[in-house]
Amino acid sequence: MKNRVISFFLGAICFLSVAASLPAHHGSAGYDMEKELVMKGTVTEWLWANPHCFLKYDTTDDKGEVSHWAVEVSNPVDMTRRGWTKHSINVGDQVTVTVRPAKNGASVGQLLKVVVPSGQTLIGWNPTVR
Amino acid sequence: MQKRYVGHCLRVIAVLAISIGAHAQSAPPQRSEAAKNQKPATAPRRDLSGIWDVADTMEGISPRGVKSHAPFTDFGANIANNEYKPGDGPRRVSIGLVNDPLDGCDPAGFPRNLLFELRPFQAVQTSSQVLLVYQYQRVWRSIWTDGRELPKDPDSRWYGYSVGKWEDDYTFVVQTVGTDERTWLDNAGDPHSSELRVEERYHRVDHDTMELTVKIDDPKVYTEPWLARDKLRLKLLPANTDMMEMICAASEAEEYKKTMANPLSK
Repeated sequence: MKNRVISFFLGAICFLSVAASLPAHHGSAGYDMEKELVMKGTVTEWLWANPHCFLKYDTTDDKGEVSHWAVEVSNPVDMTRRGWTKHSINVGDQVTVTVRPAKNGASVGQLLKVVVPSGQTLIGWNPTVR
Repeated sequence: MQKRYVGHCLRVIAVLAISIGAHAQSAPPQRSEAAKNQKPATAPRRDLSGIWDVADTMEGISPRGVKSHAPFTDFGANIANNEYKPGDGPRRVSIGLVNDPLDGCDPAGFPRNLLFELRPFQAVQTSSQVLLVYQYQRVWRSIWTDGRELPKDPDSRWYGYSVGKWEDDYTFVVQTVGTDERTWLDNAGDPHSSELRVEERYHRVDHDTMELTVKIDDPKVYTEPWLARDKLRLKLLPANTDMMEMICAASEAEEYKKTMANPLSK
């Protein structure tokens, strides 16, 4: 049981943020700025691309049901300046992600941070740094 | 309330601290502490050469960095309110309805490349031109300095036709016409017409700092000229800065749309 991929911590932490526009021409209107979800999952794809890089991963809940998620960060130039590389995350990695989810309940979101297998925490979406 | 605010501030500081740490690993070459404490030298006369970036974080690419525009004419208001569906700014729509041409990888064009995604750019001077080479979309503009006039009835171009001259030893003024009206002024969906005339003023404050002012004059769309950038501070980056590429590839944009934008718009 312990070896089963766990969780899905639906810890909704009030994010004291303003509903400010974010640095993307497609904006952030679709995301719930008041919510953060913390999940553990297995990486299925990491795309290092414009306009935004995005991470796909699967989570499994206590009943064994798998959810497929896709979460975005900024573009490769911004992410490089924040210390990320194309190889920061690899397929098969067990990661813990903190996500700002979609308002409409779709399994997509903005990746706020991710803890990779080495234990390192990478900061994802951060409008104050580019 | 005060407690919440303090908590928020601490959180922002923590995120910034982590981010700055990460930034330091891969940022452009930095100057030493001693060099930073020195007063910047005087700028060279009539010379924009170098790699420049927006000095203040976010000022260059956020819609918050774009000044409020002058009132629309009826023609302009119709485009802004009925045709353009931006993903940001006061008229923003949900992501599935956005019709921003950038989403399909159209060129940002001029002057949008100054009003959104103003990333590092390099100025190169020749005997007859100033070339501005932009990281964003990896494009360049030719600004003629050989004394020629602007074309009277130009065919439109994504980046227009530009001529420039030195107003004094430290202020380079560029006039541009002939822009393509398919482009937007900014990511807030502010329009322009083919009658747009843009004036850019690059004023070198000192060796390391320059100010950029951008004036929009488009009587078909706006009731009066207005400043889209007002002394935006630019900083000189080290000469060995490697400007990365930042290119919109149609295949990548399509993948993004399929994976992120479409689910968001349901």
